[in-house]
Amino acid sequence: MSKIINAFTNGKAFIPFITCGYPDLQTTEKTVREMVKNGASLIELGIPFSDPTAEGVVIQEANLKALQGGVTTEKVFDLVKNLRRDIKIPLIFMTYANVIFGYGAEKFISTCAEIGIDGIILPDLPFEEKEEFLPICRKYGVDLISMIAPTSENRIAKISRDAEGFLYIVSSLGVTGVRSEIKTDLAPMIKIVRDNTKVPCAIGFGISTPKQAFEMSQLADGVIVGSAIIKILAKYGKDSAPYVGEYVKEMVQAIS
Amino acid sequence: MTNPKGRFGIFGGQYIPETLMNAVIELEAAYEKYKCDENFNAELEKLFNEYAGRPSRLYFAAKMSRDLGGAKIYLKREDLNHTGSHKINNVLGQALLAKKMGKTRLIAETGAGQHGVATATAAALLNMECVVFMGEEDTKRQALNVYRMKLLGADVVPIKSGTATLKDAVSEAFREWTRRIADTHYCLGSVMGPHPFPTIVRDFQSVISREIKSQTLSAENKLPDYVIACVGGGSNAIGSFWHFINDKDVKLIGCEAAGRGIDTFETAATISTGRTGIFHGMKSYFCQDKFGGIAPVYSISAGLDYPGIGPEHAHLHDIKRAEYVPITDDEAVQAFEYLSRTEGIIPAIESAHAVAYAKKIAPNLSADKIIVITLSGRGDKDCASIARYRGENINE
Repeated sequence: MSKIINAFTNGKAFIPFITCGYPDLQTTEKTVREMVKNGASLIELGIPFSDPTAEGVVIQEANLKALQGGVTTEKVFDLVKNLRRDIKIPLIFMTYANVIFGYGAEKFISTCAEIGIDGIILPDLPFEEKEEFLPICRKYGVDLISMIAPTSENRIAKISRDAEGFLYIVSSLGVTGVRSEIKTDLAPMIKIVRDNTKVPCAIGFGISTPKQAFEMSQLADGVIVGSAIIKILAKYGKDSAPYVGEYVKEMVQAIS
Repeated sequence: MTNPKGRFGIFGGQYIPETLMNAVIELEAAYEKYKCDENFNAELEKLFNEYAGRPSRLYFAAKMSRDLGGAKIYLKREDLNHTGSHKINNVLGQALLAKKMGKTRLIAETGAGQHGVATATAAALLNMECVVFMGEEDTKRQALNVYRMKLLGADVVPIKSGTATLKDAVSEAFREWTRRIADTHYCLGSVMGPHPFPTIVRDFQSVISREIKSQTLSAENKLPDYVIACVGGGSNAIGSFWHFINDKDVKLIGCEAAGRGIDTFETAATISTGRTGIFHGMKSYFCQDKFGGIAPVYSISAGLDYPGIGPEHAHLHDIKRAEYVPITDDEAVQAFEYLSRTEGIIPAIESAHAVAYAKKIAPNLSADKIIVITLSGRGDKDCASIARYRGENINE
């Protein structure tokens, strides 16, 4: 079992997402440290991809800007090495299948294990295709995180049974992005999850306010926030770290 | 073992967000149910024949054959279909299937606008809502088609993200589908994307090769020696190849858009310059950088301006059953003008890529050889951009 479980042993987990290299890697490094300082339990590091098909406009833009700034997978690996000098909480990568495939799956995943990445989330790798990377992930002890969506229905049980690390519950239809309300009836979905696995679950997509975070934390073991953080980075650019830190603190308090 | 579903060799698969999985599973089940359903097929055939104008002609291009002085050249006139291209074959099939599934809304991506126009047409005919996603760059290159789609009652959404061309329109159509699934069918325009799309689209387009086969047999009492078609995603090509795949003596040739040349970065020739990757729901060949980033591609033809190719083509290439050749903008434009002057037929700039390759090989073949070129679409939509290419400004 990976270290990911550690993120869920101290009450509800707050899981912030950040696109690496937006607006630059120094800012990412500073911001991640602020996240940790302010109580983040696990951090999702996004490796930018040219065509992030599961993202809304906010994170699409961040991906594009990061790539224009010259960020590459190897530079993100270096970032993780720097972070791992002192950061102990679980870190996972969130990216797209071709970022791993194009780099060479074995080379990518073995590097993850070497530099201290605990898991990988790939929104374009559903249950049916996970064998693409799962054997290599197993070999190197990196968790391949599964997702469950509002449309999963009869698939929830089988996805849950095979889940490792944690389960990413997609709160709403559509792509990532801030939503004023989350309409999906998540409780029955999560009941099926609970009946089929002991692996913790966290809800993401559309969450931005402390109130939403609190509501979601009543249902699940953790809350994932992405676009709301990227919006802060879009607003404050290189000076974002303290603002993101403040936001993380507020969200952590809301779910504690 | 990776998922064997929807595989062509190692290619294909279903690399899509979990949100869409039940939608493609539902689509596959519906297709399995209806593809052998007599009523469905009768209804589709009636639409093909009476609405789309099938079968399309196989025209013997006597002047062109004489002029090139080698093989006999036939043109498969998909340009004469209703809406002016082969796209209508697939769209009528998918729209009818969607209707049977109880869907009331079609969404589609389009590059040159041909697939968008065909989808808007089918939506109008079958009383469905229609939204078409089109790269902003392409809405400028193909303004006439944008107007046609609106006239047919569709909403056209210009896409500004990425390179603002076909791949970005596909990405946006997938995003829209994850937002709204219950009443919406994504009417994908080519033999690409996740299973079951490459199979469904191929089956609906395979009418092209079924007709070519019987038409060549009745005209020449033998099969063609070459079948040549242009390839972006590859729907008209797979449609032209399908019924010949087991006829090993028939050479199958796909013409990719080389743009300014395969030794430049301004190209869309996926087989010539790409490598295996995973994108837009499928494993196939893609133009990409060393970190797996999808490369910006370029072609004068908006319909071929795509960084990938359908997975079945990737497989046909790997097993060497079909050959894929690059054709530059220059060669395509010359062929566009050549066919217009020689035969009085203005081909789509996409199809002109296939004409260009035939021009290269025909003179070296003997008179008993038969080449069939699929003219996937008509070229009216391209006149303004070809004029611009030649430094002439015309008011559309």
